[in-house]
Amino acid sequence: MSQLRTPLKKALGLGSAKHGVQHFITQRVTAVALLLLAGWFLWTVLSVLHLDYAGARALVAQPLNAVLMLAFVVAVFWHAQLGLQVVIEDYVHTHGLQIVLQIAVKFLCFLGAAASVLAVIRIALQG
Amino acid sequence: MPATARPLSPHISIYRWQIQMVTSILHRATGIALAFGTILLCAALLALAAGPDAFAAVRAFCGSWLGTLLLLGWSWALCYHLLNGLRHLLQDVGMGFRIEQFVRNGWLVSIGSLVLTGLVWACVIAQRGGA
Repeated sequence: MSQLRTPLKKALGLGSAKHGVQHFITQRVTAVALLLLAGWFLWTVLSVLHLDYAGARALVAQPLNAVLMLAFVVAVFWHAQLGLQVVIEDYVHTHGLQIVLQIAVKFLCFLGAAASVLAVIRIALQG
Repeated sequence: MPATARPLSPHISIYRWQIQMVTSILHRATGIALAFGTILLCAALLALAAGPDAFAAVRAFCGSWLGTLLLLGWSWALCYHLLNGLRHLLQDVGMGFRIEQFVRNGWLVSIGSLVLTGLVWACVIAQRGGA
């Protein structure tokens, strides 16, 4: 029976088949997202600087700005986690410490993204 | 710290500093700095959601000498990581690998990051003066 299976069937789903470069690709896709959002982000931050509280809140509450801000915070924390992961892999050579740091970075980046997303949603829904 | 004391190959201490290595090191360093900078972005959004008092506190911190110093550093780090990140993406598709292109693009993003940071702060100062 086993010789009826093609080599492709044996390879698919095993090992890193097409997933080995997932970190590399996700890092670049989030980079492209941030590259596209960078101009809008700089403009928004510069605009908020000379607005009072109500004005700043109204600016972020505008649907387009709120959606882009959600996209930005998700992409930025995701990209940061992927980048810090590589730095820790390269420089922390103690196995236990590396695992602790990797998990801590993942948790902190998720908390940062979740808190930022909740803040943007609160701003957007309350106007 | 490594678990075993294996011999190491000579590292940056013996190499002549050159733009190729500096741009690479700075990309990593600015990336780490920007990861910490996201704390300020998160704090600013949370404060904006929480109310005028919290937002005033964040704004007061940004106006302090420490806040201004951090913003100056982070704005340059963002400009540098942005431009050098674009350079890396172009390298990923195989562009700019001839030595003279590589060196020229390194200087381009380094000087460009300073120019871009200058433009951002020129906008900030112009707004502050006009307001």
